[in-house]
Parts: sequence; C-alpha cells; structure tokens
Amino acid sequence: MSGDSSVGGRASSSGAAPAPMPKFAVAARGALADTALRRDLRAVTGELRRRREAAVGELGDWEELREAGRAIRDETLLNLDAHLERLEKSVTEAGGTVHWAADAAEAARLVTGLVTATGHGEAVTAAVPAAREIGLYEALAEAGVTAHPTDLAELVARLDGGPAPADPAPPAFHRDRARLRELFVRALPDAPPDLPDDPAALAAAARAHLRRRLLSARVAVCGADFMVADTGTLVLLESEGNGRAAVTLPGTLICVAGIDAVVPTWDDLEVLLQLLPRSATGDRMSPCVSTWTGVTPGDGPSELHLVLLDNGRSAALADEAGRAALRCVRCSACAHVCPVYERTGGEPYGPRGGGPIGAVLTPLVEGVEDAARASLPYASTLCGACADVCPVKIDIPDLLVRLRGRVVESRRRRPVPTPELLMMRSAAWTMADRGRYEAALRSGARWARLLSRGGRIRRLPGLLGKWTDARDLPAPPVHSFRAWWRARPRHGGDR
Amino acid sequence: MRVALFVACFNDALFPGTGRAVTALLERLGHEVVFPPDQTCCGQMHWTTGYRREAADLARRFARVFRDYDAVVTPAASCAATVRASYARIARADGDDDLARAAEGLAVHELSEFLVDVLGVTDVGAYFPHRVAYHPTCHSLRTLELGDRPLRLLRAVKGLELVDMPAAEECCGFGGTFAMKNADVSVAMVADKVRHVRSTGADVLCAADNACLAHIGGALSRLRGGVRVMHLAEILAATGSPAAAVRA
Ligand code: SF4
Repeated sequence: MSGDSSVGGRASSSGAAPAPMPKFAVAARGALADTALRRDLRAVTGELRRRREAAVGELGDWEELREAGRAIRDETLLNLDAHLERLEKSVTEAGGTVHWAADAAEAARLVTGLVTATGHGEAVTAAVPAAREIGLYEALAEAGVTAHPTDLAELVARLDGGPAPADPAPPAFHRDRARLRELFVRALPDAPPDLPDDPAALAAAARAHLRRRLLSARVAVCGADFMVADTGTLVLLESEGNGRAAVTLPGTLICVAGIDAVVPTWDDLEVLLQLLPRSATGDRMSPCVSTWTGVTPGDGPSELHLVLLDNGRSAALADEAGRAALRCVRCSACAHVCPVYERTGGEPYGPRGGGPIGAVLTPLVEGVEDAARASLPYASTLCGACADVCPVKIDIPDLLVRLRGRVVESRRRRPVPTPELLMMRSAAWTMADRGRYEAALRSGARWARLLSRGGRIRRLPGLLGKWTDARDLPAPPVHSFRAWWRARPRHGGDR
Repeated sequence: MRVALFVACFNDALFPGTGRAVTALLERLGHEVVFPPDQTCCGQMHWTTGYRREAADLARRFARVFRDYDAVVTPAASCAATVRASYARIARADGDDDLARAAEGLAVHELSEFLVDVLGVTDVGAYFPHRVAYHPTCHSLRTLELGDRPLRLLRAVKGLELVDMPAAEECCGFGGTFAMKNADVSVAMVADKVRHVRSTGADVLCAADNACLAHIGGALSRLRGGVRVMHLAEILAATGSPAAAVRA
C-alpha cells in the first residue's frame, strides 16, 4: 500500500519515536475490571445512542446530509493547503495571529510560550480536545503555569489528582455522585462541608467555583471544532457554557486546533453543524455554539492566537486511507455505538483519542512499528456499527482492515517471522490444496477428539487457550462434511 | 435448479450437520445440490487479520472453484459477505484486476437470501416445536443486509415460537482472531450476549452463521447455560419425521 512509505517519512518529520504505551489488550484490563466505569459507560453510551437515533430520525434527508458532509470533508482535505493559506490570511486580517506547530512538542512549546509571554502565571482551559495529544498540562506545569481546566469532567479529574480524562463525555460521568460529593468537599475550594449529593447541588457547587475562575481569568486556552477559511471565524461547540465564557472573558485567547478542522465556507459549515451535534449528543444544535472572528476592540479578547497543529496529519493525507480517516469531525458517535468502547472507555486507545476512529487515527498517523500502535487496528470485532452512524461516512472497518494489512506487511519485513505469520502462512498453504486440506481435516479432528471430554473441549494449548479460557469448543464430529458427502448413497463419490 | 454448496471450512470440520441440513432442505424443495470437492476456505480470516497475500491466493482459488456455477449457496453468512464485499478490496490490495472481475461474476448467496429472494419461498415445510431466539450476526445484519428474511423463514416454521431478544443487534464479541487477541473484551461482550439470550427463556439460539454461534454457544456450554445453539439451516431442515432427519 502506498501509505506504508509515508510512515517512515512521518517519523522524521515529527522528530521522535511515539511515546511508549501498553498494548490495547493489556491497557483494557483495568477498565474491564472497573465496575463503576463499566456501569457508567454502559449508561452513558446507551443514552447517547438513543438520543442520536431520535435526533437523526427527525430528519428526512439524513442520508443526503451525510453524503454532503462526506463530499465537503473530502474536498477540504484534498485542497487542504489552499484552505489553510486562506484561513491564515483571514485570521490575520481580522487581527489574530496564526502559529504553525509541526508536532505535539512544538504545539505545547508555542502555547506555553504564549501564556508566559503575557506575564500571568495561570490560564483557564476550556474544550481543548488536543490537550492529551500535545501534553498541554504537563508542558504548562513544567513552565510554572497553573492551568485551571473548566470542563466539568476535567475539573473533577484534576481535583482527584488524575490525568485529563480520555473521553470527551458528559460531566464526570465516570464518578458516582457519592464519590463526587466526597471529592468536592475535600478538594473543591469553597465547597460547603454539608454539600448534598444530589446532581443539581453538585453542579451548582462546580458552577460557582468555575465562574469565579473564569471571571478572574486573564488568559484562556481553548479548542475549535471548525475554522472557517473564508472569514477566519473559529467555531466552538459545547454544552457547559465554560467554553463561551473562556472565549469571551479573558484578554488573551489561545486556540489550539488540528489543521483538519478547517472548513472552506459558511455554507459548508451549515451542513456540518447539522451533522455534528445530532451525531455527538443527539442535540439538534449544541447548547453553546460560539463563533468569533479575530479581535474586536472593547469586545472579547484583545489578543487572539491560533495554534494550528499538524502532528502527522498532513503526512497521513498522502494516501486514500488517511484522507478517509481525517474526514472525522470528532463527534464520537462511532465510539458511542462501539461494543468494545462501551466496555473499555477511551483510555486504552492512547492519547489521540478513543473508540473506533481512535483505533484508526493513532496507528495511521504514528505508524505501526511498535506493538501498542500495531495492536489498535485489532481492537475491534469489525461489527460495522460505527460505519452505520458516522456522519461523514467513514468506512471505519475497512480502514481497520487496511491498517491490519500495514501491520502484517511491516512484520513481514522483519528478519524473524512472528509466530502468527508462520501460522497464517501454513494455514494458507494447507487451504491451497485439496489433498493437504483433507489431510488436515482428518488429523485435526483426531487431535481435537483426544482433547475433548463429554463432547466438548475445555482447554486448548497456545493461542487457542485464549478461547478456552472462558468458552468451550464443540468436539469435532467423527466425519467431516465432505466425508459424509462422499459416503452418501445417492450422489456419492467425487465428481 | 442446480445449486453448488459452499459449506465453509469450519462447517466442514466442526459443524457438518449444517451442511447436511442445507443439502436436505434444498433437495426437499426439489433442487439438485452439488458439492465442488476442491473448495476449501474463502480467505476471510487471512483478510480480516491483515494477511492480504494469503487472502488473495485463497480468493483466487475460490473464484476458480465456483466460477462455473449459476448459483452458489452457503450457510456461512460471514463468508458470503467476504466474497461479496471484500473480494473486490482484496483484488485491489493485491493489484489483481482479473480477480476483481472474477469476483463480480460469482453468484454467491447466503442461505436465507437464496430461499427468499431466488426461490421465493418462506414456508419451507419445517416443523420445530421449540422456543427460539434469533441472533442477527453482524455480517448478516450490516454487510449482507439480510433484514427480516431469516425471521420470515423462522415464523413460517410449524410449532416454532420465535421470541424477541434484547440488544439482539449487538455484536457477540467473536470477531475472528479478536476473540483471542482481545480475549478479555471478547468475553465481556459474550457475557452480555449470554445474559440476553437467557433472559428470553429460549431453548434454542439460532443464527445464520456458525462462527458466531460457536462463540455464544461456547460460552453457554461453559456456563451450562441450558440453551442450545443451532444454525438456521438445521431448524429449516427439521420436519419432525425420522425419515427426513438430517443427523448422520
Ligand atoms: S469517525 Fe467517529 S468521531 Fe469521527 S466523524 Fe465519524 S462517527 Fe464521528
């Protein structure tokens, strides 16, 4: 595949090997064992699935809209250079400053530099999907800047001393309210000790705290869902209102967005704004849609910086699979319908994001040389539920299979073949010839019957032991189908 | 009508009763069944695990073995889906235009499609006095888009009580090599599937693919779940008369 060559080119452009992380199957174990997380994920993804279905069902032209969205995203990515140049021009003319970040480290450096240049030692953050990707909080902390996340889920994770949450999901859903109350009383400044544990009171306590933060903030770091190239307008969709406050109140606003978030015109935006909220949360429109263009004296921030993040994206565009994957508008609908994600959450997929499209994007952009990235395309049963809901019609299972192909091709180039490669080759060799196949049927059945008790096999050696850990296999019958066919009186004998 | 049976390698080895059932059923409906003996495997496992070259070899072989038949019927929904949806991609990945053309010419039907669409029957004269739940496997649901064809066939079976299953359209967690590579997640998925199956009170769980049934059935068996799994073909072949029994 043509994309294989671009993997190497990318490694040199981003300068460093991707950060170490565990293989998906290993990383998933913690989540699978976390009963509260499992319960909350099931509830939240179930609710979001129902909401999406209802919201999409209201529109008679959903399929036409999806097709329009696909076409817009395809065109945008094909001519990305031109649209980005136009965006830079429009933003600059409107009084903003555009910065280009080739990789995660440069983006983190740029943002920290811009914050420290203001002379303020702290910044609020709101709706920054790239935070994990670029290691924003680590970089700010290292530079001595105190970051105050204002997304509820992030605030809670922060108070708890944990990392930024992997799932851009509804408020702190992965903590039940007793845990949340205990946490607020312990760690949220000015939370009353007699705070009740009902959701409204908890939300009110968080809101009071966040308002004070946002009202006094001088510097804000935010993300953008879309950037309109024609006018230089940045568009942020969210549901908590903290994003709206962050893009309007502080004097300095630093916006970090992937270069793939560009949209050529407002007409294109109109289509995507119909697709995204319904797919993401089942809302006809997101509760808060903020659009802002450059700076306006006396109104909103007086300084606007836009940090445009490449980090492997432009290299990924070199092939068809990459262009298809980067159509993504980050609605998370694919994750919400994914039976794997429903049981693991987003964390095991790594910092570029979770769910089926995360399993595509991370290995696509970061390459498949290391075992963890290579494990991601296999973190799917290929059930296809994701492709059914994707608002820009990304055929995610097809991309996963293509990436699996990349993984295998890269392993073929290694001097020592993997056990799986040997097994797959030998299986293909057996299947390529009727005589070999029939001999294998006979000997396989003999072996398997030796391993069976009472008509079932309860333990198998090697890789197949992973199956019999929790599932039986039926003992193979004495005669294969073809043996029966051959012995049939009427049509017996080979033709 | 002369029908070539593609039984699928895992049915050949592990579930020969399904192949016998398809044979009995089609012959009962007055058709001639032939079994091209050179058939082996469609290449699905190789393709979905990323082994393009091996998949392409097996796809070429399949196309050669089945190219001369006007109708090929298989009880393996995921193999039918592989031939129909993946062969063109396999051909493209392997740069083999001949394979792409050959794949287009193949007339492969999953059993319920063949019965309902080609033969135009829903009542196949079966008798099966049991409570049955139906699991629409992902390939039958989303790639083949079988819709309610299997359900229409099941509803026409005398004595059969068809029960609805909660979350029926959710994947059972098999996913080929996924069941081994991500065994923990796979088991978490099949645990929920088993819970839903058992909540229906069905005696039998039915599907159009033994791969998924081996997974759900394997978990049910380990748990002594008290529910049998049966391929759709085996239910449709059942008539209750000992003469027509398909058991060898
Ligand atoms: S890939 Fe997933 S997150 Fe991206 S647009 Fe499609 S459904 Fe939404």
